[in-house]
Amino acid sequence: MRRVAFTANGTRHDLEIEPRELLVYVLRDRLGLTGTNVGCDTSSCGACTVLVNGESVKSCTMLGVQAEGLELTTIEGLARNGELHPVQRAFHEHHALQCGYCTPGMVLAAVSLIDSGAATDGDAIRHGLEGNLCRCTGYHNIVEAVASAAGVTS
Amino acid sequence: MTALETAPGVVGTSVRRKEDASLLRGRGTFVDNLTLPGMVYMGVVRSPYPHARIASVNLDAARAAEGVVAAFSGADLADEWKGGLPCAWPVTEDIRMPVHYPLAIDAARYQGDPVAVVVAESRALAKDAAELVEVEYESLPSVGDVTKALDDDAPLVHSEFGTNECYVWKLETDDVPAAIDAADVVVTRRYFQPRLIPNAIEPRGVLAQVDPTGDVTLWSATQTPHIQRFVLQLVLGVPESKIRVIAPDVGGGFGSKIQVYGEGPLAIALARRLGRPVKWTEERAENYVGTIHGRDVVHELTFAATKDGDITAVKSEAWCAMGAYLELVAPGIPLLGAWIYSGPYEIPNYSVTFTGVFTHTTPTDAYRGAGRPEATYVLERTMDALARELEIDPVELRRRNFVKEFPHTMASGLTIDSGDYHATLDRLLERLDLDAIRDDQAARRARGDAKQIGVGFSTYNEMCGLAPSRILGAIRYAVGGWDASTVRFQPLGSVQVVTGTSPHGQSHETTFAQIVAEQLGVGVDDVEVIHGDTAASQLGMDTYGSRSLTVGGIALWHAGEKVIGKARQIVAHQLEVSEEDLEFENGTFSVKGSPDRNMTIQAAAFEAHTAHNLPDGMEPGLEATAVYDPPNFSWPAGAHAAVVEVDTETGDTRLIRYVAVDDVGNPVNPQIIDGQVHGGVTQGVAAALYEEGVYDEEGNLLTTTMATYLVPSAAELPSYETDRTETAAENPLGVKGVGETGTIAAAPAVINAVVDALSHLGVTDVPLPATPERVWKAIEEVRT
Amino acid sequence: MIPAGFDYEVAESVDHAIELLGTSDDAKLLAGGHSLLPAMKLRLARPSRLVDIGRLEDLSYVKEDGDAIAIGALTKHKDVAASPVLREHCAIVSHTAGQVGDPQVRHRGTIGGSLAHGDPASDLPSVILALHGELVTRGPSGDRAIPAEEFFTGVWQTALQPNEVLVEVRVPKLAAAGWSYTKMARRSQDWATVAVAAVVHGNGSVERAAVALTNMGATSLRATAVEEALVGGASFEDAAALAADGTEPPTDHAASSEFRKHLARVLTRRALEEARSR
Repeated sequence: MRRVAFTANGTRHDLEIEPRELLVYVLRDRLGLTGTNVGCDTSSCGACTVLVNGESVKSCTMLGVQAEGLELTTIEGLARNGELHPVQRAFHEHHALQCGYCTPGMVLAAVSLIDSGAATDGDAIRHGLEGNLCRCTGYHNIVEAVASAAGVTS
Repeated sequence: MTALETAPGVVGTSVRRKEDASLLRGRGTFVDNLTLPGMVYMGVVRSPYPHARIASVNLDAARAAEGVVAAFSGADLADEWKGGLPCAWPVTEDIRMPVHYPLAIDAARYQGDPVAVVVAESRALAKDAAELVEVEYESLPSVGDVTKALDDDAPLVHSEFGTNECYVWKLETDDVPAAIDAADVVVTRRYFQPRLIPNAIEPRGVLAQVDPTGDVTLWSATQTPHIQRFVLQLVLGVPESKIRVIAPDVGGGFGSKIQVYGEGPLAIALARRLGRPVKWTEERAENYVGTIHGRDVVHELTFAATKDGDITAVKSEAWCAMGAYLELVAPGIPLLGAWIYSGPYEIPNYSVTFTGVFTHTTPTDAYRGAGRPEATYVLERTMDALARELEIDPVELRRRNFVKEFPHTMASGLTIDSGDYHATLDRLLERLDLDAIRDDQAARRARGDAKQIGVGFSTYNEMCGLAPSRILGAIRYAVGGWDASTVRFQPLGSVQVVTGTSPHGQSHETTFAQIVAEQLGVGVDDVEVIHGDTAASQLGMDTYGSRSLTVGGIALWHAGEKVIGKARQIVAHQLEVSEEDLEFENGTFSVKGSPDRNMTIQAAAFEAHTAHNLPDGMEPGLEATAVYDPPNFSWPAGAHAAVVEVDTETGDTRLIRYVAVDDVGNPVNPQIIDGQVHGGVTQGVAAALYEEGVYDEEGNLLTTTMATYLVPSAAELPSYETDRTETAAENPLGVKGVGETGTIAAAPAVINAVVDALSHLGVTDVPLPATPERVWKAIEEVRT
Repeated sequence: MIPAGFDYEVAESVDHAIELLGTSDDAKLLAGGHSLLPAMKLRLARPSRLVDIGRLEDLSYVKEDGDAIAIGALTKHKDVAASPVLREHCAIVSHTAGQVGDPQVRHRGTIGGSLAHGDPASDLPSVILALHGELVTRGPSGDRAIPAEEFFTGVWQTALQPNEVLVEVRVPKLAAAGWSYTKMARRSQDWATVAVAAVVHGNGSVERAAVALTNMGATSLRATAVEEALVGGASFEDAAALAADGTEPPTDHAASSEFRKHLARVLTRRALEEARSR
């Protein structure tokens, strides 16, 4: 077992975990933050995407012990005081989710993309979401939502 | 019967979803999110061989490993099963149905066949323990290719049958051979539609709890909680009344979560033995071998036609891979398309034959469209082939053959209630601007550009809204096709709806609330839709086959009408008028001619609960249940066009534009309809250009992860253009299904476009999927 | 999905990492983890010890060093892609780093991790090869600079000794040379089916050219027949026709060996044309 201390959604956690525990399972099973989902085993689908120091990362491709000293944001930490983040609001407005399983990862990937300044138009958004797979929506409304939140044309 | 005339209201508007509140916040209740005190984790050991005798299973090392609570082989658990995992659709009397238990005992018959289970205190320890199970396999010859499984020397999947032929099913009119003989032109084409892996982003999972009284609760990532409960009784011997199945939030299904897989009964049996809740969730690699696949069918399709392009006969022969076992409805999947091999066309002579074939592969079953994409693919590709043969424009050829008058009884025997295929195609052409595409194409050809473009069409009708129970009985489907709904007013005026449907992304909580809100004249926010829990919803036939709105939604409407009827009686009694003197509009009953004498339906609900002044003999309460058995299938139809750009030097092919015009009857929520079209189209496009579940000849799966089975991302796709024409279905809401239409239409539209892009080079066919290498080879073949 | 168990140590410095590597037969370095962890999750790799060098901040840098640019091995792909120094002086590196995987991968994966993994389908090895770059490693007996030509030795094999740490990647400033990294992949997030890195010096005629191929063999390969033909005055078309000479590319879900050879020829021609256009 190893100690690791990190912040998730503004709360500091000090844990003893096995080195092999993937960050996504630390979040889900140890912290009860079950909003972040597991969809594959080859880092292909992006359902597990969280923010690490504000940037999107696939939490299935990080060990929990690698989170030492970092600031994580999961989907549960996006809304502030009950108010949805603009990207969440845009997803709702544009019907950018159906079953909702890829959604937390997709939303956080979009937040990171917009914050990095790379969401400049529909094509850039599509490329910026290349690491997040959805089976329900066909992406059309997701792109509309992200474009709307970013204030650009889709 | 036309759609119900109601005042314009919330039906037909894009109400935003109630489902989003929890899903957007990461508060979904997907099975893997659930924990119970004392819970343990199940791990499944699966055969790595497509076919092997199981000589021995040694669990000693696994049982001794850290954190392991138990481990069992198939033989150890044989007494747990009252019956095998059933197939609910024995399509012929002489169908060969193998017995299928949750764990294999003597032999593994496909790569992924479950052989043993371990139970441990954590997910990780279960995984470690599974590796320690020592199974002695004796590898046996195997066949993975559906075209080879019927060879005389093919290894048998089930030796007791002496053949890999599962069934032969036929539907035909008289004298098809004569019609073909008499034709001016006969075009026959052969097609292979490879395996597709449904790949819902949520893998399957279950959580089983058995309490000391023997009551079973199973949370399951399933599309079919009612069917699960029914089948679990057969498998486990526990009465249905002691089984509760809950589908919590489910992350997509597309048909792959309909079935009753062995892991559910296994988890229950283990929970029963161990006295602890048992959870199991699939890893993705497990999902690829352990969850059903779609398609894997070879067709020979023949059109006979006059020289003017009137198609006089269609004949289809197909060989359909069942896999190693018959999953819940697998034999019937081809049959779901059997009546629409004439598509939207009027074809008087009709012959369809399906041969079900066992192979040493993962079982197949329903995958979005389930039999109809397969049919539409071969029809729409052969339409273009016939058009080339006759030198008639492919759009014009379709028009010449369209059904023109409705209702229309097809040669296959079923009746399409409504449609206007010309109007749908007209709208497509208005949106498409085909001339501009042809100009661009001509210019690129003249310049000799490396990147060429092509446009392809697909006009389809589809048969969904499963299904009239009598027809299901006639085609030997084991259960019925009705659905049920309860509409219940609470005393203070809010409405609880219980539906027998089981949404997993289809937005029933929102759309059903819209229907009820408009019908009863209450707010959408006043309506709560409950689904997916057999304790709350006792009656239902769940969600698949685009049935929820056209069967469940109509049941809902009928329940609502009963509620209005009872409320009318209460109001008439209390206002001392006859029921005929009351008008009901926007939630209020008012006396004709004296509208100031009125009462809201919510007030009637309150009266119904206080019961102080009800008509003699009336039971208190204001609720009703309706069970609706549809008299017909649902017949959406559409016209789609795909534009692709093909890099003729590399074969790399991209979809650059897609226009979908669909007739899904009266729209309940346009935004949600569009969402279903986007998603459905994408799976058809993916089948055309990206996805292929590849087996080698022996039945070893080669595309084993999401890195090699190519579900496309947003970067691979354009935005879509959608539109609708509307002809009302013959039901009170005038609605038709939409969930699968996109997948049914899209693949042939895309492949027809690829062929069109290369037609000037002489290319007439590209296999499915049109990978860069296949496109390149098609070009090379005509070059040499 | 769940790796087998292992010991885990955090390296406080490169020297400490070297020391820790020496304590075990099959210890592996962990940086961004985006090459190693996927293999461990499928249990294809089962090292008994991981030495985490991911917190060594002083190995993340991009610095001008005379005619060369020095890139710390732990510089993340996103930082390589955004580096003003690289964009100005050796844009083929920054451009290609921006193509690796997807944004999430680029936020964690490092250039050193990618190069040390020795995957013939990786993008950056071809680029470093085409630049005649150098890989600086540190071991118990000190530093050495390994030319790119000698670094990649086989599938998932490099010249790195078991107790050596890759600390720096050195590439030349390109000045007026034209460059291209032309990549064909099935999906945007996928490994290249085939890709071509081209660096071409000379205005009218070609003075010097380096062409390296991704996913055409056990390692990234230089297409020396193409390079020689170019210097010998051949047209881009004629030179590119030699791109697959001497190669034995793999057959997999994305392409057959034969098709890869064809793609190598086409993409080489396109890479040369793009390089010339810069």
